[in-house]
Amino acid sequence: MSGVISVRPKDLPFDESVVGHLGCSGCGAFVAVRLALKILGDQTMLAIPACCVLATTCFYPQVPLKVPTLMTAFPATAATASGIAAGLRHLGKKKEITVVGLAGDGGTADIGIQALSGALDRGDQILYICYDNEAYMNTGVQRSGATPKGARTTTTPGGQRGMWESSPKKDLLSIVAAHGIPYAATSCISFPQDFMQKLAKAAQVEDGPSFIHVLAPCPPGWGYASEKTIELGKLAVEAGVFILREWENGEMKVTRKLRKRKPLAEYLKPQARFRHLTDEEIKAMEEEIARAWETIS
Amino acid sequence: MSPAQPLHQGRLIPHFPGGTVRQKTGSWRIFRPVLDVEKCNNCLLCWIFCPDGAIDREEKWVTIGLDFCKGCGICENECPTDAITMVKEGK
Ligand SMILES: Cc1ncc(C[n+]2csc(CCOP(=O)(O)OP(=O)(O)O)c2C)c(N)n1
Ligand code: SF4
Ligand code: SF4
Ligand code: SF4
Repeated sequence: MSGVISVRPKDLPFDESVVGHLGCSGCGAFVAVRLALKILGDQTMLAIPACCVLATTCFYPQVPLKVPTLMTAFPATAATASGIAAGLRHLGKKKEITVVGLAGDGGTADIGIQALSGALDRGDQILYICYDNEAYMNTGVQRSGATPKGARTTTTPGGQRGMWESSPKKDLLSIVAAHGIPYAATSCISFPQDFMQKLAKAAQVEDGPSFIHVLAPCPPGWGYASEKTIELGKLAVEAGVFILREWENGEMKVTRKLRKRKPLAEYLKPQARFRHLTDEEIKAMEEEIARAWETIS
Repeated sequence: MSPAQPLHQGRLIPHFPGGTVRQKTGSWRIFRPVLDVEKCNNCLLCWIFCPDGAIDREEKWVTIGLDFCKGCGICENECPTDAITMVKEGK
């Protein structure tokens, strides 16, 4: 892929590459996939492991994805993408086709992290997109390394013993950036210009791997009404919970600074997974967020 | 869009090319988005955010295709001019 890519809505292609998927009504992951394929175009090959996107697009004979897709084992997304890229290099088609590994947060932050680290370390030319719905959603909302502290999932059910998710969200971007790759960024579907600009940059990297971590709210998993998907993604960023950052030329920068953070409760209250939190707990989380911003900027 | 036909009928399992859509997911819908073209300023926000790619861009405004719209209500929620209203199906 080469040349300048415009991300203005009017300049984006009309073509739809994933209409007819079986994802839930209001699924944030599919906003990410749809927009990504508008930027990447049809000269794209995907490697997808078990996850919501796979389970809702590759159910024979309903196969709405229009780009070649290799279904791979859960831990093997990046390795599979590396293999496709090596094959294309051998065929002399490396420049024509963008090879993309696409996986959920469980498949990236936990199970696929070894293969991802290997591919980044080898400097393979692949684009890796992690859509983050903050749990293993496809199998029924089990916690992942990317589940935020305080969240209820089916494996952190809370109750009287207070077994909510107790560890903080894994900082995937920093882990990836520590491999010294050319380009990596976080984004959120609620900021489509930001997301598409970063994707375009990532797709244009010609000397190694690139990585996009995109927050994609999930109505049944987070427990909110389907129309609020975009609104909640916005609030996650504006309350300072999910920070939009970019790793480029060996430097990490915050791409969306906040003059004033929205109250955390505005983000948490509409979601059933956080409904148990007390005002004190929310206040303590807000203080953690403030500290995180201090260390970053 | 008419349901796609399988290729290579001779095979034990028929082969479907990428992009095959046999089931119209619009049948899941409980609420239907209704657009008031007078209010639409063609900002395309609904088109950008629709998870199902159900909205089409046109010259002056958008059109909502009901074959694949699941009625999530994101378009209504995000429309800056309140041009979209969700109406219960069957009403
Ligand atoms: C090795 C292996 N372990 C477990 C599973 C079962 N499994 C399939 S999808 C999935 C959850 C995927 O979660 P995530 O990667 O976060 O994507 P999401 O479903 O949230 O989109 C699990 C546990 C599997 N397919 N393979
Ligand atoms: S469970 Fe969540 S991520 Fe999975 S298809 Fe449904 S809305 Fe999308
Ligand atoms: S968001 Fe509203 S104003 Fe904008 S294109 Fe859609 S219907 Fe029209
Ligand atoms: S209700 Fe949801 S699926 Fe239907 S057009 Fe609006 S955004 Fe798309």
